[in-house]
Amino acid sequence: MIDYRPMAASPSIVVDGLRVRRGGVVVLDDLSLSVASGRVTGLLGPSGSGKTTLMRVIVGVQIVEAGSITVLGEPAGTPSLRSKVGYMTQNPAVYGDLTVRENLRYFARILDAAPDNVDEVLEMVAMAPFGDRVVNRLSGGQKARVSLATALVGNPELLVLDEPTVGLDPVLRRDLWKAFNELADSGKTLLVSSHVMDEADHCHDLLLLREGKLVATGTPASVRQQSGKQDLDEAFLALINEEVA
Amino acid sequence: MSFRATFATAVRVLNQLRRDPRTLALLLFVPVLLVFLLEQLFSDRRMVFQQIGGPLLGLFPLIAMFLVTSITMLRERVSGTLERLMALPLAKLDILAGYAIAFGLVAALQAILVSVVAFGLLGLDTQGPPWAVVLLAVSNAILGMSLGLFVSAFARTEFQAIQFMPAFILPQILLCGLFTQRSQMAGWMRGLSDALPFTYAYDALHRATQLGLFDGRFVLDLTVTIGVTVLALTLGASTLRRRTG
Repeated sequence: MIDYRPMAASPSIVVDGLRVRRGGVVVLDDLSLSVASGRVTGLLGPSGSGKTTLMRVIVGVQIVEAGSITVLGEPAGTPSLRSKVGYMTQNPAVYGDLTVRENLRYFARILDAAPDNVDEVLEMVAMAPFGDRVVNRLSGGQKARVSLATALVGNPELLVLDEPTVGLDPVLRRDLWKAFNELADSGKTLLVSSHVMDEADHCHDLLLLREGKLVATGTPASVRQQSGKQDLDEAFLALINEEVA
Repeated sequence: MSFRATFATAVRVLNQLRRDPRTLALLLFVPVLLVFLLEQLFSDRRMVFQQIGGPLLGLFPLIAMFLVTSITMLRERVSGTLERLMALPLAKLDILAGYAIAFGLVAALQAILVSVVAFGLLGLDTQGPPWAVVLLAVSNAILGMSLGLFVSAFARTEFQAIQFMPAFILPQILLCGLFTQRSQMAGWMRGLSDALPFTYAYDALHRATQLGLFDGRFVLDLTVTIGVTVLALTLGASTLRRRTG
């Protein structure tokens, strides 16, 4: 039989047989997964499950023991990827002694982005009124948003965001997820980590990670179906128990 | 390496200094104060002031830049901004050259200010031209910067980085020939002195200020100073890792 459905665009990230050791401990073992283009993929799992390590692998700053990692068609860490992949680290990686705008201008200059791009990303993370504040004087949530803004500078094709909504109030969280979905609608690919299952419903696809292994993948609906639970927290627990049993 | 990224880094480092007026004031005015104290200390022995004043002008920037660079680079490593920069289209050399340009400018300013005070107000008189002192001060500052950059890889905290100053710099000041002529040192001390970069930085200053001699030995001094700078920068660059475990 011939399948006439249009072929899905090739995935933005393909990981095959990945093994990573950090400080002598195997953090990720024989991990294989793919992340679809133009969608928001949620990387969910408890603290210590390997989410940050996987993200570091994808942006090419992690030493890898085995496996192949292809990002936008090239091996992870290829120099040409550095201007196509935006990365937000878990702890805000910004210069505390500079203003918000000075921080973003530095990133914009390195990425050769248009000067008005700085104002666009400030708007996107709702930090436009704070552009001239020194980062050290901001609250934790505001610092996190500056860090997120640095990942958005230069309009990258792929965004790797490590817990971008942690510590933010519900209104802001909702707005950010809306912005992420709009970015995906405009053709960007987003990989967003979180340890809060409530956020899973904002994602198109899910990767559930536990102790360095994938517990489940699929859309939120299919994860519910696989587990037979409506609540995603319970679904996660059910899937883990299934694995253990 | 790209001019844009190097320039962006230099601007960023200068902005950080501008946002920290206290450090900037300390950098610029402490040497002036010290030279004034020196002049007062030897007010009835002008010869001593004339002898050590010139070389000291050229050594202040070395010490100051060593401290500033080792702490700033340690902060980049610890705060996560270095990891963030390594995921950007930015060569290691861009970071180093950016720092060198920014701190080189500050060192030049520092050297000019202290020279104006010493030569203009305190009556310091040297054999060689004052501009030679300023030029040597800048090249010494860049030597101090590259040494500071290198040792920052061996510190985990700012306390440790500060301790490198007495451990690394003070023995070199004692042995460089400023306090005792090298010809009067015991053999082993003389050998140790031969192996330390400060010795050559001091000797160049001594020749330029006291003897007005720009001879073969002066050229050797300069060559060693520049050689050690390049070596320390290369070793320092190798401690900036794109991928970490």
